[in-house]
Amino acid sequence: MPRNHDIKKVLVIGSGPIVIGQAAEFDYAGTQACRSLKEEGVEVCLVNSNPATIMTDKQIADQVYIEPLTLEVLKEIILKEKPDSILPTLGGQAGLNLGMELAESGFLEEAGVKLIGTTAETIFKAEDRQAFKDTMEKIGEPIAASQVVNNIEDGIKFTNTIGYPVVLRPAFTLGGSGGGIAHNEQELIEILSNGLRLSRVGEVLVERCIAGWKEIEYEVMRDANGNCITVCNMENIDPVGVHTGDSIVVAPSQTLGDKEYQMLRSSALNIINELEITGGCNVQYALHPESFEYCVIEVNPRVSRSSALASKATGYPIAKVTAKIALGYTLDEIKNAITQKTYASFEPMLDYCVVKIPRLPFDKFLTAKRTLTTQMKATGEVMSICDNFEGALMKAIRSLEQHVDCLQSYDFSELSNEELLKQLAVVDDRRIWVIAEALRRGVSYDKIHEITMIDHWFIDKLAILVEMEKTLMLCNPAVAKATGTHARELTAELLAEAKRIEYPDSVIARLVGKTEEEIRDQRYANNIVAAYKMVDTCAAEFAAETPYYYSVYGSENEAAETKPEKKVLVLGSGPIRIGQGIEFDFCSVHCTWAFAKEGWETIIVNNNPETVSTDFDIADKLYFEPLTAEDVESIVNIEKPDGAVVQFGGQTAIKLTEALMKMGVPILGTKAEDVDAAEDRELFDKILEETGIPRASGGTVFTAEEAKEVANRIGYPVLVRPSYVLGGQGMQIAFNDDEIDEFMAIINTYAQDHPILVDKYLQGKEIEVDAVCDGEDILIPGIMEHIERTGVHSGDSISVYPAPTISDHARDTLVEYTKRLARALHVVGLINIQFIDMDDEIYVIEVNPRSSRTVPYISKVTGIPIVDLAAKCIMGHTLKGMGYTPGLAPTADYIAIKMPVFSFEKLRGAEISLGPEMKSTGECLGIDKTFNGALYKAFAGAGVKLPKYKQMIMTVKDADKPEAVGVAKRFEALGYKIYATRSTAKYLQEHGVNALRVNKISQESPNVMDLILGHKIDLVIDTPTQGRDKSRDGFLIRRNAIETGVYCITAMDTANALAHALETADATKEPVDIATVKNI
Amino acid sequence: MKAYLILEDGTVFTGKGIGSDKEVISEIVFNTSMTGYLEVLTDPSYAGQAVVMTYPLIGNYGITPDMESLKPWPDGYIVRELSRNYSNFRATGSIQDFLTEHDIPGICGIDTRALTKILREKGTMNGMITRNENYNLDEILPKLHAYTTGNVVDKVTCEEPSVLKGNGKKVALLDFGAKNNIAKSLNERGCEVTIYPARTSAEEILATNPDGIMLSNGPGDPKDCGSIIDEVKKLYDSDVPIFAICLGHQLMALATGADTHKMKYGHRGGNHPVKDLATGKVYISSQNHGYVVDTDKLDPNVAKPAFVNVNDGTNEGLSYVGKNIFTVQFHPEACPGPQDSAYLFDRFIDMMSK
Repeated sequence: MPRNHDIKKVLVIGSGPIVIGQAAEFDYAGTQACRSLKEEGVEVCLVNSNPATIMTDKQIADQVYIEPLTLEVLKEIILKEKPDSILPTLGGQAGLNLGMELAESGFLEEAGVKLIGTTAETIFKAEDRQAFKDTMEKIGEPIAASQVVNNIEDGIKFTNTIGYPVVLRPAFTLGGSGGGIAHNEQELIEILSNGLRLSRVGEVLVERCIAGWKEIEYEVMRDANGNCITVCNMENIDPVGVHTGDSIVVAPSQTLGDKEYQMLRSSALNIINELEITGGCNVQYALHPESFEYCVIEVNPRVSRSSALASKATGYPIAKVTAKIALGYTLDEIKNAITQKTYASFEPMLDYCVVKIPRLPFDKFLTAKRTLTTQMKATGEVMSICDNFEGALMKAIRSLEQHVDCLQSYDFSELSNEELLKQLAVVDDRRIWVIAEALRRGVSYDKIHEITMIDHWFIDKLAILVEMEKTLMLCNPAVAKATGTHARELTAELLAEAKRIEYPDSVIARLVGKTEEEIRDQRYANNIVAAYKMVDTCAAEFAAETPYYYSVYGSENEAAETKPEKKVLVLGSGPIRIGQGIEFDFCSVHCTWAFAKEGWETIIVNNNPETVSTDFDIADKLYFEPLTAEDVESIVNIEKPDGAVVQFGGQTAIKLTEALMKMGVPILGTKAEDVDAAEDRELFDKILEETGIPRASGGTVFTAEEAKEVANRIGYPVLVRPSYVLGGQGMQIAFNDDEIDEFMAIINTYAQDHPILVDKYLQGKEIEVDAVCDGEDILIPGIMEHIERTGVHSGDSISVYPAPTISDHARDTLVEYTKRLARALHVVGLINIQFIDMDDEIYVIEVNPRSSRTVPYISKVTGIPIVDLAAKCIMGHTLKGMGYTPGLAPTADYIAIKMPVFSFEKLRGAEISLGPEMKSTGECLGIDKTFNGALYKAFAGAGVKLPKYKQMIMTVKDADKPEAVGVAKRFEALGYKIYATRSTAKYLQEHGVNALRVNKISQESPNVMDLILGHKIDLVIDTPTQGRDKSRDGFLIRRNAIETGVYCITAMDTANALAHALETADATKEPVDIATVKNI
Repeated sequence: MKAYLILEDGTVFTGKGIGSDKEVISEIVFNTSMTGYLEVLTDPSYAGQAVVMTYPLIGNYGITPDMESLKPWPDGYIVRELSRNYSNFRATGSIQDFLTEHDIPGICGIDTRALTKILREKGTMNGMITRNENYNLDEILPKLHAYTTGNVVDKVTCEEPSVLKGNGKKVALLDFGAKNNIAKSLNERGCEVTIYPARTSAEEILATNPDGIMLSNGPGDPKDCGSIIDEVKKLYDSDVPIFAICLGHQLMALATGADTHKMKYGHRGGNHPVKDLATGKVYISSQNHGYVVDTDKLDPNVAKPAFVNVNDGTNEGLSYVGKNIFTVQFHPEACPGPQDSAYLFDRFIDMMSK
């Protein structure tokens, strides 16, 4: 069927802020789909609350609304823009739910708008637990025995009929929020009550536990003509029980014979035919490890994290094809963009092996429970490709950037054998390292399988890696001496074998007792070098046009040799993690496009399957590789780029600067020594002195003793932080010597290459500036002011553009300081500076001569494409030459507020109170004519839907009590009933607030906890006393609030901002098309 | 133990020997299936050829009961990596032992992607697998050029007729190297299937009054089948419904005046899209063929194209005018590969019921 020409204008719904379970994969899918629609001449109207995305660029869509993803807002936009169709299957669960709600409410029919891609009926049949169950029964597809319940009694009753353990899955939630496995009645009640609360429809599925079965996924496509194909299947190494987003996944499946593979494939096609899916769909299975018995776990009738992974793993652009199918095309009419010879109705064949490892945030949340369950916890993931499994796993491990580079990286050697077996039973992110230790000790495959249920085949592959460790250690003179033997020679053959399974040089060097340089020299001398193979969708059956590469050792290189006039290497930012998110992918992609526009050949290196940057048609060449010095050097040897850009890829790329210079690759833009000068305390102090810019006093230290010495000299409180990190990793405010001891111990868990900074903590307004500098002039698109005072990490603060409360003098000073710093650091490209405004005096906190988290946000709200400008400056253009007036750009007509979004409910045990270490996973934007309106939208975009019950709890530290009175009065005026713990209540009552006192947790019921669990509370304002006080009441209150879905605020400034927003809830607010914001 | 794969064009790949240590000359073809290596090995259509698996990890689930005939047929086996350990609840042994037991030589540890690209660019070639490190190209290359698969159908067909009991339609299956799942697919649908050796005369088959005749897949150049083609013509002339797969499809075309030619590198894998021209629907099919029917020389009064390959437009099936005969180039019996076109067996049964 050819294209349906009735479709002229399509509304695409994005997925909103990045949260655990819904990350960059939807920017990738949405961007690809929008481009695919525009290619067909369709007008695209986009709505997404997330300003850090590429899909919200005006190049991607015709109208761009960065507005809260709520029913009301969507209705307004539909009435204003009058699209004829809505494509809801690209914005994850959030987009799908909204599409459903619009359809269910009858609004779409009234407005004459169609859902395209997939019908509401299909979505209902796939998403509603009962409807899904009925559908599967109708077509004879097995599912685990289950029942939908909407109260705890029914849950217990049903579980008693099928027996414990049971899996609990709340309906319509993201990443399995609120789900879990209950082994007894107590756990059942706990998880079920939470799940009922979190489910949009108050339903939870109680299901027979099939934990331990193989977990297999199929990514399938179907067109309206009923043509079906499988894009890819994937096997989770972790059996059923761990959310697939938290599992190590391999593609294609490795332990399934053709019988099993085809049985599940046929089942998947059977299901999508019955559901009449049009577009991409994901089907998850549990397969009994010792029979052909299987169960359908879940069907996602939309693009998903798995479909992004499958697209990158195979080269098949699922989102693009989904968009074309939505327009009416059939699979055999859509060209395969990789081969340009075959069609989309073709199943990709891999001639390599793909491994995905989740990026878990336990390095950020030290108190969070590390165990993996059906509730997803990963913030991002890495993917790697190799022609053998061991190599793919090794490459994925080092792509994580979590201080891991081999199977020795987590050390379990201290455990006794008994303890080790116990540890094997613990399902957490270190499990493969525990298995490696068990293998080292000779624990049998059977025993490991019995405990972990991981297939023997994978255990054997881990064993091969462990055996290589042992073999290499035999070449180590020190090891040999200790055992009274002679060290063996590291032969070229052994080295080649170690490289075939992707042992990095550094690990080989460590094991054999040589230096990394010696290993590299030996490799080069023996011509043991990486070769690159192409991902071509067809296992080389057809010639492919798209240069998408992965490395292997011991093979012929097929990376096309190109000798363009100018060639640039753009280093990506690796996996999405807290502190380094999708913003840096936005920057990398725009940088690539800017270079391409100027005629450069562009090469991207990255390892994140969720992102736009790793889409096959963004750069001229894509290398899907780890971002380590060695991996990049192998690419440099082949490509010989004229320069590399590191300032857009976050800390991941910046960290490679020194290595690139050693390889002889010029760093384009700001020079490496200037980047160093901004990070190196002494050099930077010198620059500040020369430029006459004040900063908080402080010093650099390596040990706790030195830190305490500095702290006592400058006076507490002090800010303690490692240098060369993003997102304030390990940053803390210390109030006394004990806290310094505690924080320094945490920081020094990993060997620090760079000193630790100890600064006087100044409390004031925090101001942030991004600027472009051409080496001479600067352009500041706008000044942002944080709502929260200093002490809350900038990434976790609500940020307002234009800065609303600073004086003209302060503003001029900021601009002047920015200019001086940019010049002193010889910045060519981007610079990000954080300042404190304390009583109209400006101090600098931190300078980063690179792109920052706020770059996409500030570019969009000011209409100034700063990445593009920065890239052009790097290529030698001047700001004046490009038509910009240096200095601070004129202020835009709108107030734009960036709101951080957290994923605390997904991370059991994580401390939620805000501090100098960043904790948010994403952000959304509120843009409006008024400050309050923008705030309202920002809160709404972050999912804060208040008021509901108009009841709140306040419990604040002494220092905050005076301010708490003002806050309380405002909420009281809004009609809120305020509960408070003893001392807060007393203080509020004394100051004219009618606060009701409640008992502390330790006191008898009814106490504050009962109140929270009573589900009638909108809001908790809890400002914690300083230090990590996990054991205190406050921690329990905050955790329980979060886990029962109560909004929880931990800073008075945030509370005031929320009051502002609620006070203007009724005012009319119009959606703003930011594509019309002028490019000044 | 080092082993060498020497191609007709003089390219030499060095790897490790697997299976038998004997030296072999054969036609080298590649298969892109990611699962189903055992079904490939036991598919009689590979007789006279050595198979390269493009998927690099082979042997992961060992040897299971999923054999498509009693033994493996390829002359040689070429893989990137053979798993040293296998894991599957039905596995009874390793592929290494299986190859050794059946005296099939092979080579692993070579860059199979580079090899596949050579075959793609230059077309299917002959080659030798040897463990003789002192190989002499000057002696070997002429031998490689001279190799032909020859008449391999007689090598793979059964010796005696056999019967799979059933209560439904009586089907005569002519075994040109049939995969087990053809008979099984019919039998599962209730048919009583009688399997005949390839050289059985048309008269003998027609004398049993079958409800339908099934012509199977098989190895080699269809034009090497000689007198079999004459017998197929007689079957065509009878009014018995006929369904043919792969070689059977080619033989029916040759018997009715069409032509076949050798493809550059054939179709071997489980991902080929074929379009049913009657409905416009596309099915993903299992394929294994190096020859194809020329549609240019098709007499439209005799047969019409029924299926076409979406990738390269080659013929994938014919429907015979005025006859209860339809034939397909691909493999509805799958094994390995997608089961999407299994409905064709139902269509055959419907045809016999009319």
